[in-house]
Amino acid sequence: MLRKVLFAAAAAVALSAASVAVAPASAATLRYANQGDLKSLDPYTLNETTTNAHLGNVYEGLTSRGKDLAIGPGLAERWETPEPTRWRFYLRKGVKFANGEDFTADDVLFSADRVRAAGSNFTTRVPKDAKFVKVDDYTVDVVLSSPNPILNYQWDTWYIMSKKWAEANNAVAPTPASATSPSYASLNANGTGPFRIESHQPGVKTVFKPNPNWRGPTEHNLTEVIFTPINSDATRVAALLSGEVDIIEPVPIQDIQRINSANNVQVLTGPELRTIFLGFDQTRDELLESSVKGKNPFKDAKVREAFYKAIDVEAIKSRVMRGLSTPSALMIAPELFALSKDFTRPKADPEGAKKLLAEAGYPNGFEVGMDCPTDRYVNDGPICQAAVGMLARIGVKVNLNAQPKAQYFAKILKPNGYKTSFYLLGWTPGTLDSHNVLYDIMGCRDDANVARGETNLGGYCNKKLDALTDQILVETDTAKRNQLIKQAFQIGFDDYSYIPLHQQALAWGVAKNVKLVQRADNQVLLYWIKKD
Amino acid sequence: MADIMTTPPAPEPAAAKPSPPGRYARFRDSDLLASFLSSKLTMVSAFISVAMILGALLATWIAPTNPFDPASVDLMNSLYPPRWVEGGDTRFLLGTDNQGRDLWSAILYGMRVSLIIGIVGVIIAATLGIGLGLLAGYLGGRVDALIMRVADIQLTFPAILIALVIDGVVRSVFQGLGREQTAFSVLVISIGLSFWVQYARTIRGSTMVEKNKDYVHAARLMGVPAWLIMIRHVLPNVIGPVLVILTINLALAIITEATLSFLGVGLPPTQPSLGTLIRIGNDFLFSGEWWIVAFPGLTLAIFVLAVNLLGDWLRDALNPKLR
Repeated sequence: MLRKVLFAAAAAVALSAASVAVAPASAATLRYANQGDLKSLDPYTLNETTTNAHLGNVYEGLTSRGKDLAIGPGLAERWETPEPTRWRFYLRKGVKFANGEDFTADDVLFSADRVRAAGSNFTTRVPKDAKFVKVDDYTVDVVLSSPNPILNYQWDTWYIMSKKWAEANNAVAPTPASATSPSYASLNANGTGPFRIESHQPGVKTVFKPNPNWRGPTEHNLTEVIFTPINSDATRVAALLSGEVDIIEPVPIQDIQRINSANNVQVLTGPELRTIFLGFDQTRDELLESSVKGKNPFKDAKVREAFYKAIDVEAIKSRVMRGLSTPSALMIAPELFALSKDFTRPKADPEGAKKLLAEAGYPNGFEVGMDCPTDRYVNDGPICQAAVGMLARIGVKVNLNAQPKAQYFAKILKPNGYKTSFYLLGWTPGTLDSHNVLYDIMGCRDDANVARGETNLGGYCNKKLDALTDQILVETDTAKRNQLIKQAFQIGFDDYSYIPLHQQALAWGVAKNVKLVQRADNQVLLYWIKKD
Repeated sequence: MADIMTTPPAPEPAAAKPSPPGRYARFRDSDLLASFLSSKLTMVSAFISVAMILGALLATWIAPTNPFDPASVDLMNSLYPPRWVEGGDTRFLLGTDNQGRDLWSAILYGMRVSLIIGIVGVIIAATLGIGLGLLAGYLGGRVDALIMRVADIQLTFPAILIALVIDGVVRSVFQGLGREQTAFSVLVISIGLSFWVQYARTIRGSTMVEKNKDYVHAARLMGVPAWLIMIRHVLPNVIGPVLVILTINLALAIITEATLSFLGVGLPPTQPSLGTLIRIGNDFLFSGEWWIVAFPGLTLAIFVLAVNLLGDWLRDALNPKLR
C-alpha cells in the first residue's frame, strides 16, 4: 500500500514538475513576424521605426517614451536646465549592460561621439556643436551653443552603447547603411534594456531573451522572442492564422476582414503618425537617372507642381489603401500639428499637370528613375506602381526600382551620397513635433558642419524656411510657435518641395492570447507584451 | 541538312542498323506523322500549345489593352472580378489586378514574356551544352574530365540558386540600373547557365560513340580540322535527342522563369510575366480576389502540361526501341 502511495506521489510530483517546466516555456515564447528584415543591430545604422523598435528592446536611451508616447526617464533618472544652453542629466545608478559591465557617464560621452560620427544615420539626434561634460560618474552636462528646448525629445531612440564593449570589439565607428560587410556591432548587441540578443541571422531570424542584468521592473512574461521577417503578404497572414506566429506587422489591408473573421486572432488598427511622401532630387545639376541631360528638371518648381497634380491621392486611398489612409496636404500628421486643417491638398489635375510640363519645356515629358521600398510601408510597392501609372498619363516615363528596404536604404541614404532622383519615403518625426520635419526633411543640407537635412534625400532648400525653423526651435509660446510652423509649412507647400501622399493606418495582427500596447508610432515593443 | 545525306558515306557499317541513311529522314517523317495522328492527347496538346504561342505572339493585336504601358492603366479600375461574376465589368473579360490592369491582356503579354525568356534561355543552354558536350566527347581526356566535373558541380546547384547569385552580382555591379533594365538578361542568363548540363551530357555520350565510326576516321585521315569534324560531321548525327530535351526544357525554363518572378527576382510588376502575375495575385489569396492568381496560374499550368506532353510524345516517337 505504502509503495503504491509513494509511487502515486512520485508520479504526481514528476507530472507537475514536468508541466511546470513545460507550460511557461512554451506559453511565453513569442513569435513575431514583420514584413521587413532587421539587417543591422548597430543602433546608429538606420533611423527607421521598425529597426528602432527592435533595438529598443535591447538598448535604452537617456529618456524613454511611455505607452502614451509621453517622455519619461530612461537611463537618465531626471534632468534639469540650469541655463538655457546647459542641460544636466542625472544618470541611473547600478545599471548594468547585458554583458555585466556597469553603465556610467563615460558610455554617454562615448555614445554622443559615436552617434555624430561619419556613417551614423542619427546625426540629428544630438547637435553637432553640443559638448558633453562629465561632472561625475553619474552626472553629465550638455553644453549647447544655442538654446534647444526640445533637445531630449528623440533621445528615447538615441541608444546608449557601452564604451568598453565597443572599443574591445573594434566597433567604435558606426556602421553605415551602405556597408557591404557587417561590423561586430551590426551582428551583436550589448544594451541595458530588458532583452538581449540570443542570436541574430539577418534575413532569417533574430532571437531575443530576457536580459539577466535588467534592472526591472519587468512587465512582460516572455522567456523568448523569435523574430522572423516574412515579406510575402499572404505567407505572413497564413502564418498568423495557423498560429505559427503570434504577431504580424503590418497586416495587409486586403486581409483585415479575413483575420478578424478568424476566432483566434484579431487586427488592432489605429491611425499612424507616419506621413508617406514622394521626394525629388533638387540639388544635382543633372539627375542620376533621367533622359534629360545637362539640366535637372526637378529644379523647376513647375515640374514639381506638375508631378504633384498628376498624383491622385484619393484614387490611391480608395483603390490601393482600401480607404485606410488619410490623404495629407502636409508633411506631418494632423495629430501632431494643431493648424493642419488650414491646409488643403489641391485636387489631382492631370490636364493642368500636362500644361505645366509643357510650359517648363517638356511637352513630351521625360524619363526618370524612381526608388521605392517593397517591405517598409503599407502597400509601398503598389503605391509606387500607381504613381508610375499616373505620371505616365502626363507623359513622364518612370523607371521603377522597387527593392527590399535593406538595399533601398543603402542606396538612397547619406552614406551612399543620396543616390536617387525620385523616391518614396515615410517619416514619423521622432520628436513628435513639426520642428523635426522642418529640420530633418525640409532643411537645407548644404552646410556640412550642421546635421540639418540629414534625411532630406532630394536636398530641397529654402533659406527662409530654415530661418523659421531656427525660430521655431526656441519659441516657447505655443500659439506663436504654431503660426511660425504654419508659415514654414506654407513655404514648403508653395515650393512643391515634396508630394505628401497620406498617413497610413496601423494594422497589427495579434493572436488573442497576446496582450500588448499599440503605440501610434508603430513600434512593436516586446517589454509590454503578455502572453497567456 | 544536306550534310546528313553526304557525310556518312559508308553504307557498309551502317547496314548493321535497320534503316539506310538515305531515306532515313523521310522515313522518320512519315512515322512521326502517323504516330502524331494516332494520339488524340498529342494532337490536343499540340493544338493548345500552338494556340497559346500564337496568342502570345499576336498579343499586340489580340489584347484589348497594353498592360506594359502604364498610361493605359487606370487605378480606378482595379480589382474588378471577371466579367461573368457579379460586379464584373464588360471591358475586363477576366477581371483586373490591383493596379487596374486588364488580366486577359496581362496574361497574353505575360505569356509572351515568359515564352521569349524561356526560348532564349533554352537556346543559350543548348548552345553552351552542345558546344561543351562536343568538346568533351570528341577530345576526351583532360578536357572531358574538366567539363564533366564542372557539370557535376553545376548539377548540385538548383537553377533558382544560380539565378539568385547572378541577380545579386548584376545588382551590385550595376547599382543604378533598375529591375526593368536588368531582369530580362538576368533571367535568360540564369536559365541558360542552369540547363546546359543535360545537353552536354547527352551530346558527350553520343559523340563518344560517333567519334570512333569510320566516317569520322576517314575525315580525320583526310586532314579535316577537329572543329570542322565536330560541327559538320559529328554534330548532325548526335543532334536528334537534343530536340526532345529542347521541348521538355522549354517547359522547365518557363516554370523556372515563373518561379523566379514569383520570388521577386524576376520581372518587375510593371512588366509582368506569368510568374509576376501569380506573385501579385498571391497577396490577394486570403481576401477573395481569386482571379488575379487563378487565371495566370491556370494558363501557366495548361501551357507547361501541353508542352510536356508534346515532349513526351516526341521522345517516345523518336525512340526506336519503343516502336
